[in-house]
Amino acid sequence: MIPVECYFALSALLFFIGVYGFTTRRNLIAMLISVELVLNAVDINFAAINRLLYPNGMEGMFMTLFVIGVAAAESAVAIAIIINVYRKFKSDSVEAIQNMKR
Amino acid sequence: MNYSDFMHMQPEFVLVLGLIIVFFADFFAHRNADSKKSLWLLTSLMLMATIPSCLIHNEPTTAFGGIYVTSPAINVMKAILAFGTLIVVIMSNSWAATRQRIAGEFYMLILSTLLGMFVMMSSGSFLLFFLGLEMASVPLACMVAFDRDRKESAEGAAKYILVATFSSGVMLFGISFIYAATGTLYFEDVCAAVSDSPLCIMGLVFFFSGLGFKISLVPFHFWTADTYQGAPTPVTGYLSVISKGAAAITLCTILMKAFGPMVEYWDYLLYIVIVLSITIANLFAIRQSELKRFMAFSSISQAGYIMLAVVGNGELGVAALTYYVLVYIVANMAVFTVINVVEQNNGGRTDMAAYNGFYQTNPKLSFLMTLALFSLAGIPPFAGMFSKFFVFMAGVQNGEPMAYGVVFIALVNTVVSLYYYLLIVKAMYITKTDAPLPTFESDGNTKIALAICTAGIALFGVASCVYEWIAAAGI
Repeated sequence: MIPVECYFALSALLFFIGVYGFTTRRNLIAMLISVELVLNAVDINFAAINRLLYPNGMEGMFMTLFVIGVAAAESAVAIAIIINVYRKFKSDSVEAIQNMKR
Repeated sequence: MNYSDFMHMQPEFVLVLGLIIVFFADFFAHRNADSKKSLWLLTSLMLMATIPSCLIHNEPTTAFGGIYVTSPAINVMKAILAFGTLIVVIMSNSWAATRQRIAGEFYMLILSTLLGMFVMMSSGSFLLFFLGLEMASVPLACMVAFDRDRKESAEGAAKYILVATFSSGVMLFGISFIYAATGTLYFEDVCAAVSDSPLCIMGLVFFFSGLGFKISLVPFHFWTADTYQGAPTPVTGYLSVISKGAAAITLCTILMKAFGPMVEYWDYLLYIVIVLSITIANLFAIRQSELKRFMAFSSISQAGYIMLAVVGNGELGVAALTYYVLVYIVANMAVFTVINVVEQNNGGRTDMAAYNGFYQTNPKLSFLMTLALFSLAGIPPFAGMFSKFFVFMAGVQNGEPMAYGVVFIALVNTVVSLYYYLLIVKAMYITKTDAPLPTFESDGNTKIALAICTAGIALFGVASCVYEWIAAAGI
């Protein structure tokens, strides 16, 4: 069986790829994809921890299912908002939406 | 399954019922413009029904095997947030009336975010907490994007939804480590199993930063100014008081209930975050010239004051926090009501220059605005002074030397905040201008909202029964 540390390493890698992408990408859709990577890291973590460390309960699996469902709802709203941004600014880059006073 | 558990969820139940009623009313009023005009009244009635339903049930209960927990303190907070939402709904009418066709959706969204906050506040497990948080923040993003014709609204909403999703990802990553260390998601079991192992500390820090985004504490505050400026003014008011208050009480209960044994670790987190929030937000607020952006920084520093109540895990904490949120609701909503009505009469602009010479043309509104700003700054005899006093008292109740230092810094910052709140007062009363905003008559809804807020500002402080009522529930 694959040890739980490998799952932790994989999910940490995914998480930080997501964080890196979120902070460096200049495109709203790419930022959304990076956020999805972060959420996938969370899913892997919960599923692996439940299966390998606490196989008696199902809490981790349920958490995974709910995270997947809620992430879908969130990306639906986020994409709707990004489409609205695109209509208004004719662009989906971060530079285009820096118009407010600082 | 025991269906009687649903009886413990009266506030949520009434709110869902209200949501359905407003939905059908909006649906059947489809072509009738006149009946659409009274949708705000229907929503207000539903919220008025929610307030007593929060207060009927007055002993701590758990339902559904401990996933849903409620206590008198949580119920009082729910009633206060429903009251705040009621003010938002009343004051939002002058803005919603110009968007008659889609106003019904706004009221549905506002009820559903409130429902999410209720669920979040009485969660007994990280699973329900996460669901409640998302039920609150996804409709809020739609509300921020509600002005589809304004560029700023789309811009603010994009920033809000991306940061909200990202912060819940970070928070969930922390929760997964807590789960790895303790094997459970229920707060009570986590509290029994949590230790000061590195895994738990890492989980705590990730979890804290995730919720820090929602309350917009300082290292996590970058979205706040843009979102607050871009959102429609009633939504900005809602974001700054209701959503912040709900997230603050949830963070407070989770830190106390689930992470109670780790108090020495999260106390240091809180010290750093509070000092940064209050100081940096105050310094940034001074140089703002856009009123909604200014209120955004003001609300970041107020969030720092709110979190001061949580320091030390003491008995006074919850009561001080609840009272602070109540007083903050009335004062901040008074300011936002004035901003809203001025915006409507100023062609949709909210820059501070519009308030130059405001007293000459609209003396009543500028007087009420001044009272609200004095309350926010904490000048006696208004309620803001008492709420700050109780929060400071809760901060130092354990006698930690570090806590005294933090409270002292907060105290010094009160003076700074007085300076920038007075900048607006100065613009209204003293600054001379050739073309002040013309005199206008505010509509009935604005008057009702301002009357409620001003009564709150004047009375919640001097009428000691208010704090005693909250404190009695907090024990």
